[in-house]
Amino acid sequence: MNAPAPLERHAPAARLDVERIRADFPILTNVRPHGKPLVYLDNAASSQMPRPVIDRWLRYQTHEHANIHRGVYQLSELATAEYEAAKRRVQRFINAADEHEIIVTSGTTDSINLVANAWGRTFLAAGDEVILSQLEHHANIVPWQMVAEATGARIRVIPCSDAGELDLDAYERLFNARTRFVAVTHVSNALGTVNPVAGMIATAHRHGVPVLVDGAQAAPHMKVDVQALGCDFYAFSGHKLCGPTGVGILYGKRQLLEKMPPYRGGGDMIRSVTFEKTTYADVPARFEAGTPPIAAAIALGAAIDYLEGIGMERIAAYERELLEYGTRALAAVPGLRIVGTAREKAAVISMVLADVHPHDVGTLADHDGVAIRTGHHCAQPVMQRFGIPATARASFAFYNTFAEVDALVASLTKIARMFS
Amino acid sequence: MDPKQLYQEVILDHNKKPRNYGKLAGATHRAEGLNPLCGDHIWVEIKVAGDTVDAVAFEGQSCAICKASASMMTGAVKGRSVGEAESLVAGFRAMVTGKASDEETKRLGRLTVFAGIKDLPSRVKCAVLPWHTLHAALRRDASATTEGDADPAAQAG
Ligand SMILES: Cc1ncc(COP(=O)(O)O)c(C=O)c1O
Repeated sequence: MNAPAPLERHAPAARLDVERIRADFPILTNVRPHGKPLVYLDNAASSQMPRPVIDRWLRYQTHEHANIHRGVYQLSELATAEYEAAKRRVQRFINAADEHEIIVTSGTTDSINLVANAWGRTFLAAGDEVILSQLEHHANIVPWQMVAEATGARIRVIPCSDAGELDLDAYERLFNARTRFVAVTHVSNALGTVNPVAGMIATAHRHGVPVLVDGAQAAPHMKVDVQALGCDFYAFSGHKLCGPTGVGILYGKRQLLEKMPPYRGGGDMIRSVTFEKTTYADVPARFEAGTPPIAAAIALGAAIDYLEGIGMERIAAYERELLEYGTRALAAVPGLRIVGTAREKAAVISMVLADVHPHDVGTLADHDGVAIRTGHHCAQPVMQRFGIPATARASFAFYNTFAEVDALVASLTKIARMFS
Repeated sequence: MDPKQLYQEVILDHNKKPRNYGKLAGATHRAEGLNPLCGDHIWVEIKVAGDTVDAVAFEGQSCAICKASASMMTGAVKGRSVGEAESLVAGFRAMVTGKASDEETKRLGRLTVFAGIKDLPSRVKCAVLPWHTLHAALRRDASATTEGDADPAAQAG
């Protein structure tokens, strides 16, 4: 870049009333780390919860709670109805064809473990191959390694470029007669790369191979349509979506789910039990053993209402503005290098600041009220690919402001000077 | 805590120009230290003659807190008996985990620049790693890790 372009702050298309939105998030004003206003830029790790979601949770606990699918009394029927309504809310959110395709889990990690175990241990044999990418979170690596170890299957890895983009030619070349499964992230949590998953799924399907998409970082930031993508499984977490911790979703195509045995045994997942033989319930109950996170699932439904009230397209457009503004503004920080410069990125900026260790950056930024994540982001293979032990990462949500980007830049500039 | 209290000139200086950095010719003991949380990864080499720690060196990749702690440790331990070195390890560990009395802390001299780290629980491991690794080297253990414990030397020692 030559002369820095004047930093334009507002794209007309993306205008959100961010101040009004911020007023919905109590934590943004309740908390003053080290006496400074909270500049929360760790949304990729977990997002904050707006008042309507908190209120929904509270109303459930104060007026609606009972165990579901069990009681014939009114309260249990009410809780059951609200829980089922939340699942249908999720179904519409990702445009799943059938409500039976929505499984409530405890989070993305749990969702992926479910597929790796229920599908992987059933359909993988020694010598079979599972394709992952260099950009995966450990949650989409380790479960597959565990299953590979148990079955004798092999893991193959799609490499990525210096910009952090997957090498699609190399991906095509990985397919062979032993390829059985592809598991790939929609958006990289460490670099922000948005992978072209629709095309990657089409490629896999040409080879008759099903695909799981890790949507933990995508679902909160863009419109996701599982039918348009064509994915066989899609996993995401409530707590990155302005919902609570403890709840996540696994979408699975019904024909595939029906061929999979249960992953965990217990109550609610059976048709009948005797000590001689148990028959399993239909999909999705078969995969939902035990009492689910009822309150969290209902609050997740409210979080989806909240996000869709703003509009996923508007959220994506506004966050893109934050990303572009932040990327340009950070270029002025002495010694700062952005790791991950893919053409298609979510609002995630991973940084290395000269030879200052990211943990020192994180501690010092915190004292300016700026919360960023530092470390390997549970994506050590990404760090290895770029030959660095860790990065400092700012990840944005629609409630972040341009002024907060400025606060980040000011803090990093100060830190760079301190160490120079 | 004000970070300036922690990131003082001394620490920034040791980070920039670490003392006794690199391999140690004629080392008698060597240990590797790893902090899996943040990737601090160092090696400590010592040369023990009789009961005396003749020389200490370290190398590796780490944050400023860890590097400055290692650098100052090499100076503090050099020339001491093995027993004195071990009691410095114990004293430093007690200070950064907030378990030392003022009296005990005072005895650590220049190392008290690290006292403030006790208010930053996520960074205690960074400061203590070199000491833990030294402890492993003195005991002829091959490696040390801070995994799962903010005060790792406590379980090893
Ligand atoms: C891409 C990606 N996958 C999976 C996960 C795991 O999500 P959870 O911890 O909610 O199970 C994360 C969370 O950091 C993530 O960013």
